[in-house]
Amino acid sequence: MNFSAILDYKELLGNFRHTGTIFRKELRSYFNSAVAYVVIVVFLAIIGWFHTSNLFLANVASLRLMFDLVPAVFLFVVPAITMRLLAEEKKSGTIELLSTKPLHDAEIVLGKFLAAWALIGIALLPTLIYYITIASIGSIDNGPVIGGYIGLMLMAGVYVSVGLLASSLTDNQIVAFIVGFLLVFVLFMLDKILIYVPEFMTSIVEYLGVDYHFSNVARGVIDSRDIVYFLSILGFSLYLSVLSLGRRRW
Amino acid sequence: MAIAVRNLTKSYGTEKAVNDISFDVKTGEILGFLGPNGAGKTTTMKIITCYLPPNAGTVDVEGYSIADHSFEVRSKIGYLPELNPLYLDMNVLEYLEYSAQLFGFKNTLLRERMKEMIEVCGLGNVRHKDIGELSKGYRQRVGLAQAMIHDPQVLILDEPTSGLDPNQIVEIRNLIKKLGRAKTVILSTHILSEVQATCDRVIIINKGKIVADGTPDKLQQDFRGAEMVSLELRAHVGNAMTDIYPKLKSMQLVESVEYGGQTGDTHRFVVHTAKGSDVREQLFRKAVDEGWTLLEMSRKTTSLEEVFHELTTGEQGKREEAVKSE
Repeated sequence: MNFSAILDYKELLGNFRHTGTIFRKELRSYFNSAVAYVVIVVFLAIIGWFHTSNLFLANVASLRLMFDLVPAVFLFVVPAITMRLLAEEKKSGTIELLSTKPLHDAEIVLGKFLAAWALIGIALLPTLIYYITIASIGSIDNGPVIGGYIGLMLMAGVYVSVGLLASSLTDNQIVAFIVGFLLVFVLFMLDKILIYVPEFMTSIVEYLGVDYHFSNVARGVIDSRDIVYFLSILGFSLYLSVLSLGRRRW
Repeated sequence: MAIAVRNLTKSYGTEKAVNDISFDVKTGEILGFLGPNGAGKTTTMKIITCYLPPNAGTVDVEGYSIADHSFEVRSKIGYLPELNPLYLDMNVLEYLEYSAQLFGFKNTLLRERMKEMIEVCGLGNVRHKDIGELSKGYRQRVGLAQAMIHDPQVLILDEPTSGLDPNQIVEIRNLIKKLGRAKTVILSTHILSEVQATCDRVIIINKGKIVADGTPDKLQQDFRGAEMVSLELRAHVGNAMTDIYPKLKSMQLVESVEYGGQTGDTHRFVVHTAKGSDVREQLFRKAVDEGWTLLEMSRKTTSLEEVFHELTTGEQGKREEAVKSE
């Protein structure tokens, strides 16, 4: 393994002029294939059903129900979006074309990450209808709504980066999906298994749980500790993805 | 020198896929890389295109080292990988645009390059079709268009005609010749007629080693074994084996004679003579002297197929002998 290449900051930061090209290509390919529409429809159907069926029981004008539900839906949807990103290129051999063009692996990884992240953002957009309908029938507290959306996007960023890492590890999309799902599931569950964890470790385990930070942000309180958490997991996963993509060179 | 490969070695585990090979490719040359499957052709190409790093040795492309100036090397090479991987869900225009953008083309220049490649590669009719809907021949053209989109000095084509029907092979071969006119081209193949049709020079590689290097004609000459002349003659004699055979056998330069059987009073023989000799004239005079009627006489030369077969399947001793120092 060539450590000098990994520590070379130029190699990592690159210059990201091709990231936009990769981003547009990936996003277009989501919409060219049915993937994007399926994701959007499935997403809206699940959220819409569970959201509206309980809304009037709860009798509170808030999007809390939705924000409780989406992180669990993300567990399935995000790995399904990210599984093909690198695994498919490896399987079909197109990664060889991409890698022999004058661009950095980091540009490829970042472009693909942004495309999948943007797709989640696009899928979330129609949920603003729920906001509008609820805001029209009751007075809604905007703080948690804004925080909730920011939290969802940060969480999606973490899931996408982890899913992309899973996709970089294999050339099999099913394996990529399962590994991605397991990884995000562990991240999601960490703060829910605290009673089984030795006491001196609870705060660490809780801090590592993604849902813990999401609920902080979703309360409408944007704390730098939560932002640091999201960005560091996201950055670390992307970094590992770049390494994994370049591992044929070791 | 467009490409200089020095002492290149690449192992997968303990297996040496490429074992200490060195060669140069001159600017403008079309080099054929010939070898059986698993000989190390693809590995060598993957190293030159900066996809895989070598375990040892250096490669310079247009003066840039693959180890230190990978970006410069990659922007000077057009590459068509084995099996021609493509994004099947993109249409031809989208794909060419994407490829061009990755080489940094923009706006007018980008559109110009795309237009030119579509014209040169004959993709006009299918430019709005998804690549997945195209026939293999058209896909190969798309692969070539993609490899040429940035007008590279060096083209590396890994089995560009594999899986095509004979008409498509001829088309793609002509396209390569047309495109490669001003470029340095390395193409790999295991089809020998391809090398004779397209290449200025051939390197035969086997088990990670170069076993022959030269023009197709030169290789045929160098590796020509014993000469053979096949004969068919009519003679009114009782027994070919006792009356004709010894007379042929006793001629100068003749090493051995094979009897190929008879039909009526027509007898067939194959005469083996020393390497580089030509006994056809003597055979003719002999036939005249003996009163045989010569019905057919033809000289068999070693084809490139036989050279290839000998070099890549022959015993170790033969192969060692074949390794030539340039």
